Amino acid sequence: MFEVRIHGRGGQGIVTAAELLAVAAFDEDRYAQAFPSFGSERMGAPVVSFCRIDEHPIRTREPISEPDALIVADPTLLHQVDVFGGLPPDGYVLINSTRTFGELGLEELVTGRRRERLLTVPAADLAREHTGRAVAANTALLGGFAALCGQVSLDAVARAISERFAGAVGEGNVAAAHAAHAWVLDELRELRAAGAPGGQAMSPAAGGVEIDDSGGGSRRQRDQTTVGG
Amino acid sequence: MSAAPTIRFYQTGSIAVGNRLLDPDQRSVQADEQRSNAITCGHRACQGCGEALGARYALDAAMRASGGRMIAANATGCLEVFSTPYPESSWRLPWIHSLFANAPAVSTGIAAALRAKGLADDIRVVGQGGDGGTVDIGMACLSGMFERGDDVLYICYDNEAYMNTGVQRSGATPPAARTTTTPAVGPAPGASFTQGKSAPLIAMAHEIPYVATATVAELRDLEAKVQTAMAMHGPRYLHVFVPCPLGWGSDPRETIHVARLAQQSGLFPVFEAHDGEVTGVTPIRRRVPVEDYLRTQARFAHLFKPQPHIETIARIQAQADRNVRRFGLLPDVQGGS
Amino acid sequence: MLQQLEGSRAVADAVALCRPEVVCAYPISPQTHIVERLSTLVSSGELAPCEYVNVESEFAAMSVAIGACATGARAYTATASQGLLYMSEALYNASGLGLPIVMTVANRAIGAPINIWNDHSDSMSQRDCGWIQLYAQSNQHALDLHIQAYRLAEELSAPVMVCMDGFILTHAVERVDMPSQADVDAWLPPFAPRQRLDPDEPVTIGAMVGPEAFMEVKYLAHAKQLQALESIPRVAGEFRDAFGRDAGEAVGGDGAVGGGGSDGAGGATGGASGGAGETAGLITTYRSEDAETIVVALGSVIGTIEDTVDELRAEGVSVGVLGITSFRPFPLDAVRAALAHATRVVVLEKALAVGLGGIVADNVHTALAGRSAHIHTVIAGLGGRPIVKASLRAMLADAVADRLEQLTFMDMDWDIVERELQRMRASRASGPHAENILRDIGTVAAGPV
Repeated sequence: MFEVRIHGRGGQGIVTAAELLAVAAFDEDRYAQAFPSFGSERMGAPVVSFCRIDEHPIRTREPISEPDALIVADPTLLHQVDVFGGLPPDGYVLINSTRTFGELGLEELVTGRRRERLLTVPAADLAREHTGRAVAANTALLGGFAALCGQVSLDAVARAISERFAGAVGEGNVAAAHAAHAWVLDELRELRAAGAPGGQAMSPAAGGVEIDDSGGGSRRQRDQTTVGG
Repeated sequence: MSAAPTIRFYQTGSIAVGNRLLDPDQRSVQADEQRSNAITCGHRACQGCGEALGARYALDAAMRASGGRMIAANATGCLEVFSTPYPESSWRLPWIHSLFANAPAVSTGIAAALRAKGLADDIRVVGQGGDGGTVDIGMACLSGMFERGDDVLYICYDNEAYMNTGVQRSGATPPAARTTTTPAVGPAPGASFTQGKSAPLIAMAHEIPYVATATVAELRDLEAKVQTAMAMHGPRYLHVFVPCPLGWGSDPRETIHVARLAQQSGLFPVFEAHDGEVTGVTPIRRRVPVEDYLRTQARFAHLFKPQPHIETIARIQAQADRNVRRFGLLPDVQGGS
Repeated sequence: MLQQLEGSRAVADAVALCRPEVVCAYPISPQTHIVERLSTLVSSGELAPCEYVNVESEFAAMSVAIGACATGARAYTATASQGLLYMSEALYNASGLGLPIVMTVANRAIGAPINIWNDHSDSMSQRDCGWIQLYAQSNQHALDLHIQAYRLAEELSAPVMVCMDGFILTHAVERVDMPSQADVDAWLPPFAPRQRLDPDEPVTIGAMVGPEAFMEVKYLAHAKQLQALESIPRVAGEFRDAFGRDAGEAVGGDGAVGGGGSDGAGGATGGASGGAGETAGLITTYRSEDAETIVVALGSVIGTIEDTVDELRAEGVSVGVLGITSFRPFPLDAVRAALAHATRVVVLEKALAVGLGGIVADNVHTALAGRSAHIHTVIAGLGGRPIVKASLRAMLADAVADRLEQLTFMDMDWDIVERELQRMRASRASGPHAENILRDIGTVAAGPV
């Protein structure tokens, strides 16, 4: 079972993100369970959603306390809410930010973890670029997640998005997901080049991934801190 | 219609015109031997019960108007209790009693079912209840029914208290009236003077197609209003004034007379309204002071003995005066504020 | 057809397949998505003929359903918590009038203090109103139970409430197999009640029944629920024949019923390994046949318990699960038989009989009258506090070591409790606890996510 926990604020589509992830997994013939941490619906309040993916029917329904992967849609939560609680040493983290882990003040988190599993991606920027609205960062993040963790394919994510959002809105969101996917692949390539262990390949269920070198997403300065795996 | 036949008045001291002096097609529904008798004899109502009288006239008129194709929903109360002493029933139409507060909602449900089955044009729905079940505990459901535009005629039989449970005060109880929970003791005996709760005006505020008041003193008028209501669709509301000899302490033989006094004093305005506007009133032919009305009922006896409560009676008179002004109840007075 | 759906949506779509003619709805968290979806289906014409009535309260919702059902229309509504209480009078009225209304209860706690999260206090508070009560373990189970519910209700002339955990199930997006309209049409004939409000055959419904007949009528309501103890398994069997699986059974991508997994961990969702024959639809069991310790529970927590049981079994602990699907009628015989060999019974419940202890436990006690098993009550998950595997493991470790007290409360912050109790002892004017806690103690820790 692969467990994902998504953090954000009300209005950022955190619940939708978990649902789309579940639909993408379903699309690839796996079982998935998505649910929010429930609260009165208020814009701006911290929100958590969960998604479990497995080959078998999923029976448990407790909140995910030891996530295999964390997606953080709103970096302002990083030092306000314990988003990293329960993250195992080999856990994945994907943060919506233009800054690096170091710039976000998360050096401690990086210690003792697999460097190639901890990424930031400027999802809001990419979302704005492709849809005109930063709120589409949630779908962009899913594209990045697909590249980072290999649990679902980009195609499945794109299909889930198109099913949920019709017309131009859907197309824009899909484009943002593609862009974030490419961004993450670039980052992983750079990390490998910089000496970190190889990134995660795509899951067998979804087949392999092409490494697209045609560019996409601007490159940015990163600190060269590498950490033992 | 041809020129009205000449009517000879055989009865003195009243202005009642007997049915037998009219052509058959001008007679009341009750005069028709083929009437549906929707609430038939054998029920356990008190001698002189205004509600039994009003319900009989109203429902047979509705049955005639609907060709006998009607379903009734009834709130808990006197009418429901005296008409259905298990295992007997007085009802000769399909009839359901659910709860005290939900007759309007049950009516809504019946109407919805008929619509879903494509029977809404064929079968009509009448909801009914007393003042307690309508203006107090049933008010939310009544308002919902009005607001949604449900196709239901709702009839409230107003005897101004919770009679079935032993004469307790309701939102329709008039000021100074004695009930078991507004006893005639203390400096202000009887029910308090509040601004009251006029269900007809509340119904009008919902701007439903038809609202009317009636009394059991003018039974032809009651039948006519039921007929008018049944010729329409959407939410319609009829508020019928029905004296309760037991609860009011009035003479069971005088029920109709007491109702007439209520109308003629101005305390109970009789009118019709369409879409939220008053469109017709029954003028007071011969006005009487409220005292004439109050003296007929023991529930107001404390206003006269041991000494007259002149101020209280004056306040009640002022209410009647206000109604006369507001509804234009005297032929030479136009309705206004 | 396999779909990945939110629980509310799955239930709404399943209800629509049953061709309700009147749907009445008053919004309350967490049922709103169900009635919103039905509203869309009706407005778009997909569900027709159907009248959708926006009522002014839950009391009105049940009353409209009563009027509609009495007129011969298949009726549906949904509610939770405060709304269920608000219609309490009407619940008794519906069951007393023998009206086969089906209602979803999206289980939620009852205030004060106001709380929108899941527990079973709402439906438990109405356990004796004469409605049949079925508890769903998963969204598949929930949608299947609604389809069964109409058939049961109309056969028995008794209303049925299908209980599903608010938020936990209603707002979870998971895989379900949605039957086709044709299959449900074949399963559920049009509603044809024995009597209805009809000018062609006038009847009087709802007369007062005095001392001379009331006891008989009330006994017959009880007898009807006892009859349901046979009807429910039969309908469950018929469901299996009609739809090719048990209610709640997971369906794989290839249409194969039941999950994979040879390690036992991937077994089908709780609904499948349930009764065969005479207990089908009443209870489900998981690895209980040879278990020394059996956990009894209702609803979605069963899944989490089953995962926990698999882990413990792998460590050599003899533990199993008894899930109760039909809480009313309470399947005394089935429960007694399922727990017959257990040394220890742990009833884990999301409800509390304030001043006494467990509600479900009380019913289990009745089933086990005369038996020697130790029965422990564990009150858990009230007001939506998550029930987590770690706590289940710890509790079961205590149970197995015979360290578990008779009545315990899972994951309590005893510090807060003790301080408030102390304050109560010290002062005469007691006041309300929730507000006292804030006043005297400061902020309450939110606890784990």
